[in-house]
Amino acid sequence: MASATPVDDEATLVAQLRAGDESAFEHVVRAYGGRLLAVARRIVGSEEDARDVVQDAFLNAFRSLDRFEGNAKLSTWLHRIVVNAALMKLRTRKRKPEQSIETMLPGFLDDGHHEERFKSWDEPIDKLMERAENRALVRKQIDALPEGYRTVLVLRDIEGLDTEETANVLGLSVNATKIRLHRARQALRTLLAPHFRSAAS
Amino acid sequence: MKCRELAEFLMDYVSGELPQESRTHFEFHLSKCKNCHEYLVQYEVTIKAGKIACDEMSDEMEDIPDDLVKAVMAARSKV
Repeated sequence: MASATPVDDEATLVAQLRAGDESAFEHVVRAYGGRLLAVARRIVGSEEDARDVVQDAFLNAFRSLDRFEGNAKLSTWLHRIVVNAALMKLRTRKRKPEQSIETMLPGFLDDGHHEERFKSWDEPIDKLMERAENRALVRKQIDALPEGYRTVLVLRDIEGLDTEETANVLGLSVNATKIRLHRARQALRTLLAPHFRSAAS
Repeated sequence: MKCRELAEFLMDYVSGELPQESRTHFEFHLSKCKNCHEYLVQYEVTIKAGKIACDEMSDEMEDIPDDLVKAVMAARSKV
């Protein structure tokens, strides 16, 4: 990171960007790029697409610096631009064949009862999520969801899009989007449960 | 209402979109069935876990690959 400029505060950095300072651009790419790549990867899935998304997003951001308002945080602004670029990528991409999620959904007996007795988790979720290794585990399990389900979960529950927007981006009906979100949440629960309850159970 | 149906209605219940009549049946079942109650709790905290895990900026301070930095900078100079 030798070429990164030391920057006192964001206002100075933004001023340098607006003045076309090359080292300020590189500083921004290095400082925020890794995190943005992770965000893009979670939405589009493949590394190659995520890299395209990040590159498009940075170029877009640098071109529209005059639209950046001083009261927003640079990181938040860039995050939004990356999400939009990722959505654009999803819209233009061919639909992939659907992977099955059935094995990650709860099973039922003939009489309609759950097959499984659900054991409560060891600690309240806020407590569990205070630990970095648990946060990493949750991200890993989100990545393990079948693609079409992971994308819906990330857009709805993490990026905060509403059902209509999500349906639109993915070329799905509103109803299909809802079903996918519900299944994705259930599958994620299935994947997390063994890690968050005591080994004894 | 059976456990199976309750699981189907979970999402609408959590988002407050379940119509009043179904809601009454849902809550009646829930008051009698500890297993479904636990499932609802875990369904809700799973949503929360996802949000927290992906919101925490400091966790994802991976470095951007050098060649991608170079690609972005090269593309910028062409604009």
